[in-house]
Amino acid sequence: MLKTFPKGGIHPPENKITSSIGIKRMTVPKVVNVPIAQHIGIPAEIVVDRKDKVEIGQIIAKSGGFVSSNIHSPVAGTVTKIDQIIDTSGYKKQCIVIRTDAKNEANFEEVTYPLLKEIKLEPKEIIQRISDFGIVGLGGATFPSQVKLNVKEGTKLDCLIINGVECEPYLTADHRLMLEKAEEIVVGIKILMKALHLKKAVIGIENNKKDAISIFKNIIKKEDGIQVAALQVKYPQGGEKQLVKAILGREVPKNGLPLDVGVIVHNVGTIFAIYEAIQHTKPLTERVVTVTGKHLETPSNFWVKIGTPIKDLIAEVGGLPEGTRKLVNGGPMMGKAIKNTDVPVTKGTSGILVISEDEASRGKSENCIRCGECVSVCPMGLEPHLLMNLSEKGMYEKASNEDIMTCIECGSCSYVCPSNRPLLDYIRFGKNIVKKLQTSKN
Amino acid sequence: MTDSVLYSVLLLTSLGVIAAVVLYIVSKKFYVYENPLIAEVDEILPGANCAGCGSPGCKSFAEKLVNTEDISDLFCPVGGNDVMKQVAALLGKEVAEKAPTVAVVRCQGACDVRPKTTEYQGPRTCAISAMVYSGETDCQYGCLGDGDCVAVCDFDAMYMDEKTGLPVIDTDKCTSCGACVKACPRDIIEMRPKNKRDLKVFVGCLNEDKGGIAKKSCEVACIGCSKCEDVCTKGAITMHNNLAYIDADLCTLCRKCVDVCPTHSIIATNFPQKKPKKVVVKKIIEKAVEKVEAEKVKAEKTEVEKVAVVKKEIVAKVKLENPKTDA
Amino acid sequence: MSQPIIVSASPHVHSDRTSKKLMYDVVIALIPAFLVSLYVFGIGALIVTAAAVISCLVFEYLIQKYLLKSEITVGDGSALITGILLAFNLPSGIPIWMIVVGSLVAIGIGKLSFGGLGFNIFNPALVGRVFLLISFPVQMTTWPTAVENQTALADAVTGATPLGVIKEGLMFGETMSEIGSRIPSAIDMLLGITGGSIGEMSAIALLIGGIYLIIRKVITWHIPITMLVTMAVMTGIFWLVDGEHYASPVIHILSGGALLGAFFMATDLVTSPMTKKGMIIFAIGIGVITVIIRLFGAYPEGVSFAILIMNAFVPLINTYFKPRRFGSKIKVKIV
Repeated sequence: MLKTFPKGGIHPPENKITSSIGIKRMTVPKVVNVPIAQHIGIPAEIVVDRKDKVEIGQIIAKSGGFVSSNIHSPVAGTVTKIDQIIDTSGYKKQCIVIRTDAKNEANFEEVTYPLLKEIKLEPKEIIQRISDFGIVGLGGATFPSQVKLNVKEGTKLDCLIINGVECEPYLTADHRLMLEKAEEIVVGIKILMKALHLKKAVIGIENNKKDAISIFKNIIKKEDGIQVAALQVKYPQGGEKQLVKAILGREVPKNGLPLDVGVIVHNVGTIFAIYEAIQHTKPLTERVVTVTGKHLETPSNFWVKIGTPIKDLIAEVGGLPEGTRKLVNGGPMMGKAIKNTDVPVTKGTSGILVISEDEASRGKSENCIRCGECVSVCPMGLEPHLLMNLSEKGMYEKASNEDIMTCIECGSCSYVCPSNRPLLDYIRFGKNIVKKLQTSKN
Repeated sequence: MTDSVLYSVLLLTSLGVIAAVVLYIVSKKFYVYENPLIAEVDEILPGANCAGCGSPGCKSFAEKLVNTEDISDLFCPVGGNDVMKQVAALLGKEVAEKAPTVAVVRCQGACDVRPKTTEYQGPRTCAISAMVYSGETDCQYGCLGDGDCVAVCDFDAMYMDEKTGLPVIDTDKCTSCGACVKACPRDIIEMRPKNKRDLKVFVGCLNEDKGGIAKKSCEVACIGCSKCEDVCTKGAITMHNNLAYIDADLCTLCRKCVDVCPTHSIIATNFPQKKPKKVVVKKIIEKAVEKVEAEKVKAEKTEVEKVAVVKKEIVAKVKLENPKTDA
Repeated sequence: MSQPIIVSASPHVHSDRTSKKLMYDVVIALIPAFLVSLYVFGIGALIVTAAAVISCLVFEYLIQKYLLKSEITVGDGSALITGILLAFNLPSGIPIWMIVVGSLVAIGIGKLSFGGLGFNIFNPALVGRVFLLISFPVQMTTWPTAVENQTALADAVTGATPLGVIKEGLMFGETMSEIGSRIPSAIDMLLGITGGSIGEMSAIALLIGGIYLIIRKVITWHIPITMLVTMAVMTGIFWLVDGEHYASPVIHILSGGALLGAFFMATDLVTSPMTKKGMIIFAIGIGVITVIIRLFGAYPEGVSFAILIMNAFVPLINTYFKPRRFGSKIKVKIV
């Protein structure tokens, strides 16, 4: 029996259309719009002005606080303006607009880095570098990585878990990265193990990526302390808490972090970004993005510069097909629908999903028939039907007592509800209000 | 037979007596003293429990009124000055007189002037759709049109206009309790002084985008041209983030700004003749009339041309038939 | 793009399960039992079922349209199921006007007075059935025997259900071995050659339907299995202690409404608990109450009452038997 988390979970159709398509480099966009709020926490502070010339990897916005991150220019070119552009949140946010210099060769060079195994930096330097080079969690949550790595003195820590689960349907960015950059990822893992003084690391991969599992199993034969855990396919196994439970059997306490059970979890994409930052001094300016959808001409995986407008990506795969009704930034379960194609790719964009008419529409919400399906699929052991009711009726205190804040917003409840009820919409709303109430109390 | 009747009567009577004694003791022992003034003040208050004063209900507001020394900050918006005066007389405290206010909707983005560019699916409440994204139109400041404000109104003073998709306030019923102001996630609704005959002049827009973008997303958006600021002699209009705001305290209701606003985003209500919505409607009607007239002219032209052609033909025919007449 | 793009909150995909599909799966699962009753009772079964279904649908439509003035949800399949289940709990010779009254009670009082589908506390079909049973005990317990010719109407003056026979026999001081010859064999009860309501005839047909529902994941095994096991254990204990005065568990499970109740009535999504733990408590409760009524009560059959009684406890069960929250128990060893 393969490992998995015990309670709840669903099996949505995988639709991993692009899993056998290698990662291509996307043509350099003419203009990039780099939002300054690409990570969780405080937005970065802009340090460039209009008409400034910038180089690839130059800092254009500085970390604005403890939970924040630097932002680097993805291209060489000129800052044309600092504008308000709709980003993935659906609202206009500040963006640095940079016009790519067509004459600057640095933009079009294909740099291939050799594999560097020797780790020269000291632990403190590693963490400082990760912080300087703007690395955030690339799994989608975009939590600044250095914050996770800044472990307080005396905290017990014994295992690093690498999240290669990619349980979202459609997305294959992490899968392809694992296939193509396995050696580098293993070096990246060793970098983090050194930085955190850890002796054990586990790579968690779902069993629908057998090729990746076997590649890693081969590589780690030579390495000490690194293991590969093949996991049963189940959504939402990529959730930190579910992953820790699946691999180590440890349960992260309510409202706690994996750190509370001696674990740090990082996504494979993040690990690769860390490898490049430490070994090749390359800041985070590009990432792998899966552009996919059932009706696209050539769905593919791309290396994309941060700030590339999504319309450029869509043009690359043959344009929007007839009858497109929804565009999603991320996977179909947790991604955000975007308002138009001017929205730029950010550090958290793991995929662009193009959905057509037949799948895009939500069914009509009907009465709850109390089938209990939402309760049985909730991986956090919550009662979504109850939480929705409570937040719809404004009983936030009670909702808080029913552990509404532990919801991980995986969407399993809305996915299974036979009455098409907008469970997660209301729960998310309730969470927002409860959070506001809690902060106003403190 | 008589025995059982007697027993049950006795049993019930004794039960009643015991219960009465217990109740009496409990009520004596756990008696809580309450200032009788509170009940009296509560009697004066409107009893709407709307929470417009900041207290959760009229009773708790009454407690607050009785227990605080200086009540000049406290005000019951529903009862207004009359009620506050009565309270003041009862308690022997000073109250501040406030000009009556009324809620106004600061958005004119009806369906025909502010086109929808996306379709929102999900629970139709403003609070949730505002959480998901900036709304179905390209304007991220304006009304979302799902009527959270109408839902919270306890006084039946609001309704959604089906044609425009915007909330409408019945100023006669509005008690300015402020529930709608709190409910609106976009802060579109503002409390403004009611003035005489409910005359009000205010900017009916909250769009902070630059002129071109604002105008593109909504025909009646404030484009930040500051013409109104220039024309105002009282300095009541200020520009901030491409958006004009009229300070009600300084405004003399002269309506100069209304006339200069190129997008008709300044609203003047209840003035004779010029009603704000009509301006927009008028403009549309004018446009339509112009269009129709232009077409008429065009049609007439072609008609004239046709007539001319026919005339020519007839003339030619006549010429052909009577070649001699001319000669 | 002809139409504007849609924006909504995640998730953007949905499983293809809908309430309608669930309802129609239940209808499909009831077909085998219906066919058996058609074979046994002939056209009478068809008339009763049709009358119940039609009147349930009509009442739902009329009440929603004219009384509640709410959205009309006749098409969602729930009234259809109520109709079928009500019919399945009636003897095949019952007058049609009684069926109509029962349907009115089931839909009007049992379901719509609570607010419609999803809000009812009690299983509507059972509300209708129990109403009829209490109001018209004679007609409701007149069980026609199997007909020779399927197109003929059943003769209304006939025998009783196996449970009825046992109850009566024991009341007159007979022992089980004496009664034994008068009740059908276990095989007959499995196949459905016995007396009783329309739907509770054949154990096999009901099992087929129940297994279909479990395979289709409309219901889980928790309620039916727990309920049947509880019944078997309880009746088994009595039977082992005193075999002459208590019927064997086999008879108890195969006869009467036990299987129909276990697979189709107790598992009604709306009126059963949400959590697995709750379902087990609920089913144990039904099993215990059924056995108590059957062995010590005035009625030979108790499944309907037991389910209705436990239905009333469901909100309580839902409040006290919650799923275990993730992370509520911390027990970690960090090396």
